[in-house]
Amino acid sequence: MNLTLKIWRQANATAAGAMHTYTLDGVSSDMSFLEMLDLLNEQLLHQGEEPIAFDSDCREGICGMCSLMINGQAHGPEVTTTCQLHMRSFNDGDTITIEPWRADPFPVVKDLIVDRSAFDRIIANGGYISANTGSAPEANSVPAPRDKAQRAFNVATCIGCGACVAACPNGSASLFLGAKITHLGELPQGQPERYSRVATMIAQHDHEGFGGCTNIGECAAACPKEIPLDVISQLNKDLRDSIKQGY
Amino acid sequence: MATTELVKGVRATRSTIALKLAMAASGIIFILFVLLHMYGNLKAFAGHDAYNEYAEHLRTLGTPMLPRSGALWIIRAVLIVSLIVHVAAAVALWRRASRARSTKYQVKKNVASSLSSRTMRWGGLTILLFVIWHLLQFTIVKIDITDGSTGNEDPFNLLYNAFHGSAWWMTVIYLLAMIALGFHLHHGTFSSLQTLGMTNTATSRARARIAGWAVAIVIAGGFSLVPLFIAFGVITK
Ligand code: HEM
Ligand code: SF4
Ligand code: FES
Repeated sequence: MNLTLKIWRQANATAAGAMHTYTLDGVSSDMSFLEMLDLLNEQLLHQGEEPIAFDSDCREGICGMCSLMINGQAHGPEVTTTCQLHMRSFNDGDTITIEPWRADPFPVVKDLIVDRSAFDRIIANGGYISANTGSAPEANSVPAPRDKAQRAFNVATCIGCGACVAACPNGSASLFLGAKITHLGELPQGQPERYSRVATMIAQHDHEGFGGCTNIGECAAACPKEIPLDVISQLNKDLRDSIKQGY
Repeated sequence: MATTELVKGVRATRSTIALKLAMAASGIIFILFVLLHMYGNLKAFAGHDAYNEYAEHLRTLGTPMLPRSGALWIIRAVLIVSLIVHVAAAVALWRRASRARSTKYQVKKNVASSLSSRTMRWGGLTILLFVIWHLLQFTIVKIDITDGSTGNEDPFNLLYNAFHGSAWWMTVIYLLAMIALGFHLHHGTFSSLQTLGMTNTATSRARARIAGWAVAIVIAGGFSLVPLFIAFGVITK
């Protein structure tokens, strides 16, 4: 396949960036999207140009590093991560536009790399349970209803990739937040801190500069882990209860 | 606006979700109001006297416990407060959203959102402008557009003159406003249920979407009937 690639280049966090156009030949449809970018970078190295900086780590869809906006869709046209997206989803002769996640709380570090540590701070401000260390407790001593455990496990698959923020017209992180709130709030271990947690996590979310949710639903459609929109309803419900409890 | 510190002194009532709760609550008050208002308008089909009698009842509602027009003023006060809350929250969230993405995408696809959900802000503004005109026309100045006179105290005649005969463009303005309202309610009804935390399963979410369609069609459709039937001469003096 031959491709035309329009890619955002930005030397560092403070430099002004711009779109650059590259052509790339010899792309196999079996390559992953990141392997295609590796190929482009080899070509750039041969030409003595600075390779394009992009994030990746596991390349198996579990770490959430490979954040790329591809033709206006977070992680591209399939419901998966960029590393698990393959070039067979594109056609010979295509023009592909690649941009970093755009959200002010995710500042661009270089080219396509953004700093997602705002998510870490949201987690640090309540996204955990407090447990005593020591020997592991007897698992059967804490009964968890099956349907609740199932829901918690389903939403615990969130990998913190930020696609929900990237896709949201308001730059809101409500899907991410809702996934964490639901994951911890459905389990018995999450109960003691349930209502303080939602208050501090949303406060951190707002403080970082993420937008408010308008229930538009672009997030759930972009999520590679198919976190459903109902976690945002859960988030709202828990916040309402948290207000009632005086937080 | 990335930061490095964790916020302290958290108040749940200061969060963006609290703003959304205020929008949902005020929005639902509006929905209940427009439902009643639409029902009242349909009295036009019963003719001049029935319609005016209904308007008079609104003023005598609650008397003699309340003074004349007392109940009406209570409703108006609730609506004015709701409007201030609704618009103030909308403006605050709109500003936040534009600051959250100061650099726009070169290419952005919408794959899941409805047109109605993406037009809430400009559509809401359209409704606000319409409401201002509507209140001037029928409540505050009572403008009779056939001769430009003001202070027409016969509600049915004021209504009839607004949509009858040469005033076809007034009918068009009202129909456009009802399209804006229908759009706003299509997403707004669903959104308010989700904001209130009532869509925690796929089934309840699907029901909330159906509720959005139902409310939008009943209200926008119901309101449109009276202007249309006057314009086409079905409702007569
Ligand atoms: C007066 C001008 C108005 C403006 C500027 C306005 C603006 C907005 C905006 C920006 C939203 C947020 C969109 C979202 O969260 O998805 C919204 C939500 C809503 N609006 Fe309005 N609106 C107006 C009037 C109305 C009226 C007349 C009604 C009812 C008849 C109404 C009912 C609602 C409802 C039910 C919601 C959903 C609240 C939620 O998302 O939780 N609005 N409005
Ligand atoms: S909710 Fe989905 S899109 Fe958002 S961070 Fe988690 S995995 Fe990524
Ligand atoms: S590189 Fe880990 S999810 Fe893509």
